[in-house]
Amino acid sequence: MSKLTPTPGQTVGPFYGYALPFNKDNELLAPGSPGSIRLQGTVYDGSGSTIPDAILEIWQPDSEGNIVQRTGSLVRDGYTFTGWGRGSVGNSGVYTFTTVNPGPTAPGAAAFISVAVFARGLMNRLFTRVYLPENEEALANDPLLSSLDPERRKTLIARRDPDGGLTWDIRLQGGDETVFLDFQKDGSLDTSVNADHSARENQA
Amino acid sequence: MPQEQTAQALESEELVPPAEPHAAHHSKKVETQADLSAEIKTIGDRYAQALKNGRGPETMPRLDYAPYRSSILRHPTKSLHHADPETIELYSPAFGHQDVHALESDLTIQHNGEPQGERIIVAGRVLDGDGRPVAGQLVEIWQANASGRYIHKRDQHPAPLDPNFTGVGRCITGDDGSYSFTTIKPGAYPWKNHLNAWRPAHIHFSMFGSEFTQRIVTQMYFPGDQLFPLDPIYQSIVDQDARDRLVAEYDHELTSPEWALGYKWDIILTGSKRTWTENEAYGDAGDEE
Repeated sequence: MSKLTPTPGQTVGPFYGYALPFNKDNELLAPGSPGSIRLQGTVYDGSGSTIPDAILEIWQPDSEGNIVQRTGSLVRDGYTFTGWGRGSVGNSGVYTFTTVNPGPTAPGAAAFISVAVFARGLMNRLFTRVYLPENEEALANDPLLSSLDPERRKTLIARRDPDGGLTWDIRLQGGDETVFLDFQKDGSLDTSVNADHSARENQA
Repeated sequence: MPQEQTAQALESEELVPPAEPHAAHHSKKVETQADLSAEIKTIGDRYAQALKNGRGPETMPRLDYAPYRSSILRHPTKSLHHADPETIELYSPAFGHQDVHALESDLTIQHNGEPQGERIIVAGRVLDGDGRPVAGQLVEIWQANASGRYIHKRDQHPAPLDPNFTGVGRCITGDDGSYSFTTIKPGAYPWKNHLNAWRPAHIHFSMFGSEFTQRIVTQMYFPGDQLFPLDPIYQSIVDQDARDRLVAEYDHELTSPEWALGYKWDIILTGSKRTWTENEAYGDAGDEE
């Protein structure tokens, strides 16, 4: 248990666009270089509309499953894989990263990319994961995926495109809402989501 | 580099939709501050009652906070799924002095002239939930200028841009988790959530911890702002003690004589889950590798 109380998050707001993006922020690898793939998708709100002002971060192991922790993400040299990237959605809500297929970090483990989602109107960042679709046995044995019912589980698994890329959409709200993760043992975030829902229902 | 975007370049771009569309989708009638304040009060009263009934305090903003109209369709309605962080999530991307130039922490020297406004120093430490300094990590900030105008093309507030102020800074934390920025005190600005909606003056902060699960983007406020009770974004943190954690304190020790007023603000990240080696615990991060 932590000794200190964490500082609250706040929405990234509408004006991050001149501050957070940087040159080649979404290119963990130069597009077209050997082993590079495209990870792309669309971010939707609860009405099914695309969100034009969201920004994502991905953090992943290399293709061998090594967690590299190399500096140089903000000033990319074109050769060093740092494992981290940042990508703003465009006007149509579409994001794109150039990266590698993450390797499993242990033999037989399911390979995934860690994702943080920020948006105007989103009060605090959300964490989620995107899994590679291929190794069905590993997916079936994954501790997180196997704790989800099949409908929800699907929201965390990317689709493999004919060109070798990955497509994975994010839905912030709705029936097919993406599974978002709470890593804090005290469940404080869970509580606040539920508490306010019951508050709204009582008002209605 | 953000600095390459000049005020002139952004002004010349064609008009884009305003950053916060009017809240008309929610209801036809014009919503006033009184309407919003009543909603804020209802939620606040309910929370106060829950505390009295023995519920533990909330420490984070509500994801579902209807007074901020843009959140209505942008919050998950299912509970966040509890997960134990695994492998990659227990580590954080690394940044170093290769990524950030030392001068990027001074927002008052990015152009040929001096920016308008009240020069300030904002400094503090980034600590994890166990009080360990987060060393060698990236801190990014962005903010409005002294008149409450962002250089962003979506900001349509008719206050003057300042050709000598972009409002973007970065730094890498020291071995003790310390950061320091020299900047200009930002102004309050109107944002169209409802009629006469004004944001309290704030600086956006983005920080990384030692583990990706500690990633945080938040806003730092200034003490004594009269707009606090009126602001749905600040009030989305329903607990007063939690809200107070976003407010810097004036620190005369930090004030630089004949130069700039000092504000101190420490950031506490969520607790770490990884078992630390001794080297990591003493801040052996950064660009030495």
